[in-house]
Amino acid sequence: MNLFAATGLAVASAWAVYGVGAALILAGAAAVVGLRNPVHCALGLVSTIFGTALLFIDQGAYFLAAVQVIVYAGAIVILFLFVIMLLGVDKKEPRSAGTFASLGPVAAGLGIVAVVELLVLARVHYWATGAKSTTAALSGPGADVQKLGQSIFTGYLLPFEMTSALLVIAVVAAVALVRRGSGAPPQAPPKKAPATLRPPAKAPEAPAPGRAGAEPAGEKTRVAG
Amino acid sequence: MSVPGDWYLVLAAVLFGIGAAGLVVRRNILVMYMCIELMLNAVNLTFVTFSRMLDDLGGQDAVFFVLVVAAAEVVVGLGIIVAIYRRRAGATADDVNSLKG
Repeated sequence: MNLFAATGLAVASAWAVYGVGAALILAGAAAVVGLRNPVHCALGLVSTIFGTALLFIDQGAYFLAAVQVIVYAGAIVILFLFVIMLLGVDKKEPRSAGTFASLGPVAAGLGIVAVVELLVLARVHYWATGAKSTTAALSGPGADVQKLGQSIFTGYLLPFEMTSALLVIAVVAAVALVRRGSGAPPQAPPKKAPATLRPPAKAPEAPAPGRAGAEPAGEKTRVAG
Repeated sequence: MSVPGDWYLVLAAVLFGIGAAGLVVRRNILVMYMCIELMLNAVNLTFVTFSRMLDDLGGQDAVFFVLVVAAAEVVVGLGIIVAIYRRRAGATADDVNSLKG
């Protein structure tokens, strides 16, 4: 009797953890897609990331949950917010679905049908049909971090080194993309503030109202000279 | 004790669908990038779930590499977005059509 109550409690708590994680994930995803303000979208992304980290912990991937929060919520979303604030695009986007406005109900109907099909499949079929692992068993001895580290630094050493090269290339690419000018000496101390908004020499077609001519001053003057 | 893996897979599929729909519907380039992150999160959840169902560490290794590649992708992508916004302030994805034939 006591045992039965204990297992019932375990089942209920497992489902509660899954429900909280799923609610966080889906609410965050709906916020990213539905809200008009990019800052609110970024906060919705944080909610999704925390929900995913919760479900990682639920499935025993402790290290990945920590990395998920640190890298995604701590670095990537902050980078998004930084760019939003830097560019001043935290305005509301006009509500227009554009080309796909008429397809909205069709897409929603098809999506509901697909989710129902998935749920039915989950009841009547097996998802994971492969054989269980015998070499790199998740349930082997040792902690999660230890096994993951051993696997990455032995079996996946070459991909790991390639990711380091990828990160270096990404850093160089980001610097090269965002730098103004190429190898030119730094500008003389500007008379005006360096980031002054001035109208561009050639007016671009259909300038956005309110932010027309937000072209950096330095580039134009160097091209003109 | 944990919930059967099917439920995690269905949740990941729904999350991927929301991300893909948002990528098509939204016009703000930054928000489109966030939708790509949603899809990456869905794939990561699938990897971890299969890792648990098959008792295989390989899924968690894959998630590790996906995280690194996602970080590099965001760095380069945001660099491109900053460059685009410098040229044309307030640009949406519809305005960046210089290569249209």
